[in-house]
Amino acid sequence: MASTRRKFLQGSLAGIVTAVIPLSAFRFLSPDQARAAVGEADTRWVFLVDTHKCVGCGLCVAACKRENEIPYEVPVTRTWVERYVVTKDGATHIDSPLGGRDGFVSERVAGQEIDPASISKAFFVPKLCNQCENPACVQVCPVGATYQTRDGVVLVDRSWCIGCGYCIMACPYGVRFFHPVHKVAEKCNFCYHRISQGLTTACVQACPFGARRIGNLKDQDDPVTQTIMTTRVAVLKDEYGTKPQVFYIGLDNEVR
Amino acid sequence: MAEEMVVHGLEWTTKELFVYPNEFIYWSIQIVMYPYMTGLVAGAFVLSSLYHVFGQQDLKELARFSLVFSLALLPVAALPLLLHLQQPLRAANPLLTPHFTSAIAAFGIVFSTYGMIVISEIWFVYRRFIVEQATALTGQTGVATTMKRALYRTLTLGAYDLSETALTKDKKAVKLLAGIGIPVACFLHGYAGFIFGSVKANALWMSPLMPVIFIMSAVVSGIALCMLTYIVIMKWHQFRQRSSHADAATAIGGAELEVINKAARYLLGFLVAAISLELLDLIFRGYTAMKSWDILRSVMYGKDFVNIFVLQYGLGNLVPFFLLLLPRRTIGKTVVALLLVLYGVFMMRWNVVIGGQAFSLSFAGYMHYHLPIIPHNLETYREGLLGALTVAVMPFILFWGINRILPSLRYR
Ligand code: SF4
Ligand code: SF4
Repeated sequence: MASTRRKFLQGSLAGIVTAVIPLSAFRFLSPDQARAAVGEADTRWVFLVDTHKCVGCGLCVAACKRENEIPYEVPVTRTWVERYVVTKDGATHIDSPLGGRDGFVSERVAGQEIDPASISKAFFVPKLCNQCENPACVQVCPVGATYQTRDGVVLVDRSWCIGCGYCIMACPYGVRFFHPVHKVAEKCNFCYHRISQGLTTACVQACPFGARRIGNLKDQDDPVTQTIMTTRVAVLKDEYGTKPQVFYIGLDNEVR
Repeated sequence: MAEEMVVHGLEWTTKELFVYPNEFIYWSIQIVMYPYMTGLVAGAFVLSSLYHVFGQQDLKELARFSLVFSLALLPVAALPLLLHLQQPLRAANPLLTPHFTSAIAAFGIVFSTYGMIVISEIWFVYRRFIVEQATALTGQTGVATTMKRALYRTLTLGAYDLSETALTKDKKAVKLLAGIGIPVACFLHGYAGFIFGSVKANALWMSPLMPVIFIMSAVVSGIALCMLTYIVIMKWHQFRQRSSHADAATAIGGAELEVINKAARYLLGFLVAAISLELLDLIFRGYTAMKSWDILRSVMYGKDFVNIFVLQYGLGNLVPFFLLLLPRRTIGKTVVALLLVLYGVFMMRWNVVIGGQAFSLSFAGYMHYHLPIIPHNLETYREGLLGALTVAVMPFILFWGINRILPSLRYR
């Protein structure tokens, strides 16, 4: 009977070997190898926000919600506008009611009355996905449902995302959320369906003051690229090493 | 739109000061349960291996039991993840297209490897018993008996050899599997720690110590649960014996007490290691005082003070520490200490998972978590008190089932 067991063990060993061999037919490519295989893209989408021009009307937020079918009444949003009010005592008051969708019509900041005479500076900062060069969200997605396109935009595959929320946790900018209807990870994608067809994004189109612009960093003649090259610009939270690609003119230390 | 519209997290999150609009407590109670349950699995396994690998004879009685118990806990470790997913039907996707830069991509692989080790070890431990059952039932009639016989026959996998040499080989195999099992068990759980520790966006989670802290507290909780269940089962059995024949033993016998004492010593050792690491982490954060320290401090010493220092460290660590250490320990005191240890480890998981989301990524605001108690839709069941309780009772149900086939405790 000892031989029965031996046979059984031999049989299972053979089974495992046959199961493993086909696996070796797969090859794992490093991102660099993969890039080399498909060639370099001639586009790198970047965004430029001029905070001096933003008046906090919120038209971009409303336009984005409509364009990208994010339910209008819920607090989650692909892009939002923050209001910063710094008072003379050094305190900073920040708010973004409903993501700034309806504009900042109340003088109360975060429900707090602020004496106009006590304000030392105040400004608005629009936020959106930074389409990072080294995106933390892509790194942590266990199934590859979040991925980076050749032209630098990070997309989510709605048919493959398992809804674990790891990417939401990993993004240092808090731009991600679960889509209230589709129940998968959702975020700004620079209106990829529009920009890849030669249109501009919904928010850029909606902004009456030209505070938002989108451009191609690989095109030296692109006006956005030229501004980024020749003006002092900054990015948000570069200490996380994500290499964000939304550039800001007039960023302040107080901006979170 | 006809589909149900739920903003995930809105239900149980309240915000204070400035929090980004999309921030909510996305990882809720089930993500507290997940490391808690894997911790129990790993701990139970390590306890059983102390006997099988390092020959700690005094743990013999407990070893077999905790091995079977870790099998009962195993499927339950994956359950919270399933309940947490927004798309549970796609749970197999990580196995189909694993994206290995993600810390959770390999969960299925690590988990099933570990499962295989536990199952095969149990098979070798019980092979003799299985064969004996299968042989003893041969020739008997009755539907139940036939089914039982068929079950045990299948479980033998055709290996009926009970000769001296074969049994020695079994023992060797057990030792080997238990030996491989320890690093895999630690990996399975250290890995849960890595899932948190590697999130660079989260100031509280990001720490290379996280996996080690998780392993230590895992072993603590695993040993505590095994001891507790062991005591309860022993007591229950005595109770039944006493009611059947009045003159039988009255208290837990000397042998059982011995087992419990030995196990308690290991528990204390791991508890000290766990607390030291956690304190090191805390001191280091305070000393280096990076940008995030201001908000972390206000959470740890302010908003979560009771949760962290009173409930976790005080009630969950310090009190049981002294209860177990002081002389004249009784079974009653031990039980209280074990319950507190289990509670302390749970609070540690809670303070990591929920505490890590208690402050905004903006470092300028806070979020508060309100556990849904009474569910009014699927979401509040899955990620509410009832969902957590479902996960918590499951291992005992499974253990009861497995124990009927492979009895893991010998009653005297
Ligand atoms: S901003 Fe966040 S979501 Fe967008 S690419 Fe960077 S890490 Fe990913
Ligand atoms: S929620 Fe979806 S996109 Fe995000 S990490 Fe999980 S599977 Fe990937």
